[in-house]
Amino acid sequence: MTGSAFIFYLLSAVAVISAVMVVTRRNAVHSALFLVLTFFCVAGIYVVLAAEFLAAVQVLVYAGGIVVLYLFVIMLVPQHAPLKAPPMRHMVGALMLAGLLAGALITFFWDAPEVAPVPAAAATTPAGNIETVGMELYQRYLLPFEVASLLLLVAMIAPVILARRRI
Amino acid sequence: MNGIPSSHILVLSLILFSVGLAGVLIRRNIIIMLMGIELMLNAANINFVAFSRQLGDLAGQVFAVFTIVVAAGEVAVGLAILIALFSNKDTINIDQINIMKG
Repeated sequence: MTGSAFIFYLLSAVAVISAVMVVTRRNAVHSALFLVLTFFCVAGIYVVLAAEFLAAVQVLVYAGGIVVLYLFVIMLVPQHAPLKAPPMRHMVGALMLAGLLAGALITFFWDAPEVAPVPAAAATTPAGNIETVGMELYQRYLLPFEVASLLLLVAMIAPVILARRRI
Repeated sequence: MNGIPSSHILVLSLILFSVGLAGVLIRRNIIIMLMGIELMLNAANINFVAFSRQLGDLAGQVFAVFTIVVAAGEVAVGLAILIALFSNKDTINIDQINIMKG
Protein backbone atom coordinates (compact mmCIF):
# COMPACT_ATOMS: atom_id res chain seq x y z
CA MET A 1 0.00 0.00 0.00
CA THR A 2 1.48 3.32 -1.01
CA GLY A 3 1.61 6.33 1.26
CA SER A 4 -1.19 8.20 -0.46
CA ALA A 5 -3.42 5.13 -0.39
CA PHE A 6 -2.78 4.79 3.35
CA ILE A 7 -3.69 8.46 3.85
CA PHE A 8 -6.83 7.95 1.76
CA TYR A 9 -8.06 5.02 3.86
CA LEU A 10 -7.19 6.82 7.11
CA LEU A 11 -9.08 9.96 6.05
CA SER A 12 -11.99 7.84 4.84
CA ALA A 13 -12.26 6.10 8.21
CA VAL A 14 -12.17 9.40 10.12
CA ALA A 15 -14.71 10.96 7.71
CA VAL A 16 -17.17 8.08 8.12
CA ILE A 17 -16.81 7.97 11.92
CA SER A 18 -17.28 11.72 12.28
CA ALA A 19 -20.25 11.62 9.86
CA VAL A 20 -21.86 9.01 12.13
CA MET A 21 -21.13 11.31 15.09
CA VAL A 22 -22.80 14.23 13.23
CA VAL A 23 -26.10 12.40 12.97
CA THR A 24 -26.02 10.77 16.41
CA ARG A 25 -24.95 13.57 18.81
CA ARG A 26 -27.74 15.08 20.90
CA ASN A 27 -26.12 18.51 21.11
CA ALA A 28 -26.31 20.39 17.80
CA VAL A 29 -23.04 22.24 18.49
CA HIS A 30 -21.19 18.92 18.73
CA SER A 31 -22.80 17.87 15.45
CA ALA A 32 -21.55 21.07 13.80
CA LEU A 33 -18.01 20.49 15.10
CA PHE A 34 -17.98 16.91 13.84
CA LEU A 35 -19.28 18.27 10.54
CA VAL A 36 -16.13 20.44 10.35
CA LEU A 37 -14.01 17.34 10.91
CA THR A 38 -15.86 15.49 8.14
CA PHE A 39 -15.38 18.40 5.73
CA PHE A 40 -11.65 18.59 6.49
CA CYS A 41 -11.27 14.85 5.89
CA VAL A 42 -13.12 15.13 2.58
CA ALA A 43 -10.81 18.03 1.64
CA GLY A 44 -7.83 15.78 2.41
CA ILE A 45 -9.33 13.07 0.22
CA TYR A 46 -9.62 15.62 -2.60
CA VAL A 47 -5.91 16.38 -2.22
CA VAL A 48 -5.07 12.66 -2.43
CA LEU A 49 -7.22 12.42 -5.57
CA ALA A 50 -5.29 15.34 -7.17
CA ALA A 51 -8.14 17.88 -6.95
CA GLU A 52 -6.30 20.58 -5.01
CA PHE A 53 -8.52 23.44 -6.14
CA LEU A 54 -11.62 21.62 -4.93
CA ALA A 55 -9.91 20.90 -1.62
CA ALA A 56 -9.25 24.60 -1.12
CA VAL A 57 -12.84 25.49 -2.04
CA GLN A 58 -14.11 22.77 0.30
CA VAL A 59 -12.19 24.19 3.25
CA LEU A 60 -13.10 27.81 2.45
CA VAL A 61 -16.79 27.36 1.68
CA TYR A 62 -17.82 24.38 3.78
CA ALA A 63 -15.56 24.46 6.82
CA GLY A 64 -15.24 28.24 6.76
CA GLY A 65 -18.62 29.52 5.64
CA ILE A 66 -21.37 26.96 5.96
CA VAL A 67 -20.42 25.67 9.39
CA VAL A 68 -20.16 29.24 10.75
CA LEU A 69 -23.68 29.82 9.41
CA TYR A 70 -24.83 26.65 11.18
CA LEU A 71 -23.23 27.75 14.44
CA PHE A 72 -24.87 31.19 14.22
CA VAL A 73 -28.29 29.60 13.75
CA ILE A 74 -27.68 27.14 16.58
CA MET A 75 -26.91 30.12 18.83
CA LEU A 76 -30.00 32.01 17.62
CA VAL A 77 -32.41 29.13 18.09
CA PRO A 78 -32.53 27.96 21.71
CA GLN A 79 -31.98 24.21 22.04
CA HIS A 80 -32.92 23.78 25.70
CA ALA A 81 -35.98 21.60 25.15
CA PRO A 82 -34.65 18.14 24.29
CA LEU A 83 -36.48 16.73 21.31
CA LYS A 84 -38.43 13.54 21.80
CA ALA A 85 -36.85 10.63 19.98
CA PRO A 86 -38.90 9.33 17.05
CA PRO A 87 -40.80 6.05 17.48
CA MET A 88 -38.74 2.90 17.21
CA ARG A 89 -40.37 1.74 13.97
CA HIS A 90 -39.28 4.99 12.26
CA MET A 91 -35.69 4.46 13.42
CA VAL A 92 -35.68 0.84 12.27
CA GLY A 93 -37.26 1.73 8.94
CA ALA A 94 -34.82 4.56 8.27
CA LEU A 95 -31.77 2.51 9.23
CA MET A 96 -33.00 -0.42 7.13
CA LEU A 97 -33.52 1.84 4.12
CA ALA A 98 -30.07 3.41 4.43
CA GLY A 99 -28.40 0.06 5.13
CA LEU A 100 -30.17 -1.62 2.23
CA LEU A 101 -29.13 1.16 -0.18
CA ALA A 102 -25.54 1.08 1.03
CA GLY A 103 -25.32 -2.73 1.14
CA ALA A 104 -26.78 -3.29 -2.31
CA LEU A 105 -24.63 -0.68 -4.02
CA ILE A 106 -21.45 -1.61 -2.11
CA THR A 107 -21.73 -5.26 -3.15
CA PHE A 108 -22.28 -4.00 -6.69
CA PHE A 109 -19.24 -1.72 -6.71
CA TRP A 110 -16.89 -3.92 -4.68
CA ASP A 111 -16.72 -6.61 -7.36
CA ALA A 112 -16.49 -4.12 -10.22
CA PRO A 113 -13.58 -4.92 -12.52
CA GLU A 114 -10.77 -2.44 -12.09
CA VAL A 115 -10.25 -0.30 -15.18
CA ALA A 116 -7.00 1.61 -15.45
CA PRO A 117 -7.71 5.35 -15.10
CA VAL A 118 -7.25 7.46 -18.19
CA PRO A 119 -4.24 9.71 -17.55
CA ALA A 120 -5.45 13.24 -16.94
CA ALA A 121 -4.67 15.90 -19.46
CA ALA A 122 -3.52 18.01 -16.53
CA ALA A 123 -0.72 15.56 -15.82
CA THR A 124 0.89 16.24 -19.17
CA THR A 125 0.68 20.03 -19.02
CA PRO A 126 3.06 21.96 -16.77
CA ALA A 127 0.18 24.02 -15.32
CA GLY A 128 -1.19 22.86 -11.99
CA ASN A 129 -4.67 21.71 -11.08
CA ILE A 130 -5.89 25.18 -10.09
CA GLU A 131 -4.86 26.71 -13.41
CA THR A 132 -6.41 23.95 -15.52
CA VAL A 133 -9.67 23.99 -13.55
CA GLY A 134 -9.75 27.78 -13.89
CA MET A 135 -9.27 27.60 -17.65
CA GLU A 136 -11.99 24.94 -17.91
CA LEU A 137 -14.32 27.03 -15.73
CA TYR A 138 -13.87 30.24 -17.69
CA GLN A 139 -13.81 28.75 -21.19
CA ARG A 140 -16.03 25.70 -21.54
CA TYR A 141 -18.31 26.37 -18.56
CA LEU A 142 -18.59 30.16 -18.64
CA LEU A 143 -22.40 30.25 -18.88
CA PRO A 144 -23.00 27.79 -15.98
CA PHE A 145 -20.46 29.81 -13.99
CA GLU A 146 -22.43 33.02 -14.51
CA VAL A 147 -25.71 31.25 -13.74
CA ALA A 148 -24.12 30.00 -10.50
CA SER A 149 -23.18 33.55 -9.55
CA LEU A 150 -26.79 34.64 -10.21
CA LEU A 151 -27.98 31.76 -8.00
CA LEU A 152 -25.68 32.95 -5.23
CA LEU A 153 -27.06 36.49 -5.57
CA VAL A 154 -30.62 35.18 -5.20
CA ALA A 155 -29.53 32.98 -2.28
CA MET A 156 -28.05 36.08 -0.64
CA ILE A 157 -31.15 38.27 -1.03
CA ALA A 158 -33.73 35.61 -0.11
CA PRO A 159 -32.43 34.93 3.44
CA VAL A 160 -32.35 38.66 4.14
CA ILE A 161 -36.02 38.94 3.20
CA LEU A 162 -36.97 35.69 4.96
CA ALA A 163 -35.21 36.33 8.26
CA ARG A 164 -35.89 40.08 8.41
CA ARG A 165 -39.29 40.11 10.08
CA ARG A 166 -42.20 37.94 11.02
CA ILE A 167 -43.77 36.40 7.96
CA MET B 1 -2.74 5.85 -10.27
CA ASN B 2 -1.46 6.08 -6.66
CA GLY B 3 -2.91 2.67 -5.87
CA ILE B 4 -6.48 3.60 -4.89
CA PRO B 5 -9.12 1.72 -6.90
CA SER B 6 -12.00 3.94 -7.99
CA SER B 7 -14.47 1.41 -6.58
CA HIS B 8 -13.17 2.09 -3.06
CA ILE B 9 -13.78 5.83 -3.52
CA LEU B 10 -17.33 5.06 -4.66
CA VAL B 11 -17.85 2.84 -1.61
CA LEU B 12 -16.67 5.68 0.67
CA SER B 13 -19.09 8.08 -1.00
CA LEU B 14 -21.91 5.52 -0.66
CA ILE B 15 -21.26 5.11 3.06
CA LEU B 16 -21.23 8.89 3.57
CA PHE B 17 -24.45 9.21 1.55
CA SER B 18 -26.17 6.49 3.57
CA VAL B 19 -25.11 8.08 6.86
CA GLY B 20 -26.51 11.41 5.65
CA LEU B 21 -29.73 9.75 4.51
CA ALA B 22 -30.15 7.97 7.83
CA GLY B 23 -29.51 11.28 9.61
CA VAL B 24 -32.22 13.04 7.61
CA LEU B 25 -34.67 10.22 8.29
CA ILE B 26 -34.12 9.56 12.00
CA ARG B 27 -33.46 13.03 13.45
CA ARG B 28 -36.27 15.41 14.40
CA ASN B 29 -34.04 18.49 14.67
CA ILE B 30 -34.20 20.49 11.43
CA ILE B 31 -30.62 21.76 11.86
CA ILE B 32 -29.27 18.21 12.01
CA MET B 33 -31.44 17.19 9.06
CA LEU B 34 -29.81 20.00 7.02
CA MET B 35 -26.41 18.68 8.11
CA GLY B 36 -27.42 15.27 6.76
CA ILE B 37 -28.22 16.90 3.42
CA GLU B 38 -24.74 18.47 3.48
CA LEU B 39 -23.22 15.02 4.01
CA MET B 40 -25.17 13.67 1.03
CA LEU B 41 -24.02 16.55 -1.20
CA ASN B 42 -20.43 15.90 -0.11
CA ALA B 43 -20.80 12.25 -1.04
CA ALA B 44 -22.02 13.29 -4.49
CA ASN B 45 -18.97 15.55 -4.81
CA ILE B 46 -16.63 12.69 -3.95
CA ASN B 47 -18.27 10.69 -6.74
CA PHE B 48 -17.70 13.57 -9.17
CA VAL B 49 -14.01 13.73 -8.24
CA ALA B 50 -13.61 9.95 -8.43
CA PHE B 51 -15.00 9.83 -11.96
CA SER B 52 -13.02 12.91 -12.93
CA ARG B 53 -9.87 11.03 -11.92
CA GLN B 54 -11.00 7.79 -13.56
CA LEU B 55 -11.84 9.40 -16.90
CA GLY B 56 -9.05 12.00 -16.91
CA ASP B 57 -11.62 14.74 -17.49
CA LEU B 58 -11.72 17.91 -15.43
CA ALA B 59 -15.45 18.45 -16.03
CA GLY B 60 -16.17 16.42 -12.90
CA GLN B 61 -14.21 18.82 -10.72
CA VAL B 62 -15.90 21.83 -12.34
CA PHE B 63 -19.32 20.35 -11.58
CA ALA B 64 -18.25 19.62 -8.02
CA VAL B 65 -17.56 23.37 -7.70
CA PHE B 66 -21.09 24.06 -8.95
CA THR B 67 -22.46 21.57 -6.41
CA ILE B 68 -20.66 23.47 -3.65
CA VAL B 69 -22.27 26.70 -4.90
CA VAL B 70 -25.71 25.11 -4.79
CA ALA B 71 -25.01 23.68 -1.33
CA ALA B 72 -24.04 27.11 -0.03
CA GLY B 73 -27.24 28.62 -1.42
CA GLU B 74 -29.30 25.75 -0.03
CA VAL B 75 -27.88 26.20 3.46
CA ALA B 76 -28.42 29.98 3.44
CA VAL B 77 -32.05 29.71 2.33
CA GLY B 78 -32.74 26.64 4.50
CA LEU B 79 -31.44 28.27 7.67
CA ALA B 80 -33.35 31.49 6.89
CA ILE B 81 -36.55 29.46 6.53
CA LEU B 82 -35.70 27.76 9.82
CA ILE B 83 -35.38 31.12 11.59
CA ALA B 84 -38.66 32.40 10.10
CA LEU B 85 -40.31 29.13 11.14
CA PHE B 86 -38.90 29.33 14.65
CA SER B 87 -40.10 32.91 15.13
CA ASN B 88 -43.61 31.77 14.13
CA LYS B 89 -43.90 28.32 15.72
CA ASP B 90 -41.31 28.42 18.55
CA THR B 91 -40.06 24.94 17.73
CA ILE B 92 -37.49 23.20 15.58
CA ASN B 93 -39.09 19.79 15.94
CA ILE B 94 -40.08 18.59 12.51
CA ASP B 95 -43.06 16.65 13.92
CA GLN B 96 -44.74 19.80 15.23
CA ILE B 97 -44.44 21.66 11.92
CA ASN B 98 -47.45 20.37 10.03
CA ILE B 99 -49.24 23.52 8.90
CA MET B 100 -49.17 22.27 5.30
CA LYS B 101 -50.89 19.03 6.29
CA GLY B 102 -54.26 18.75 4.57
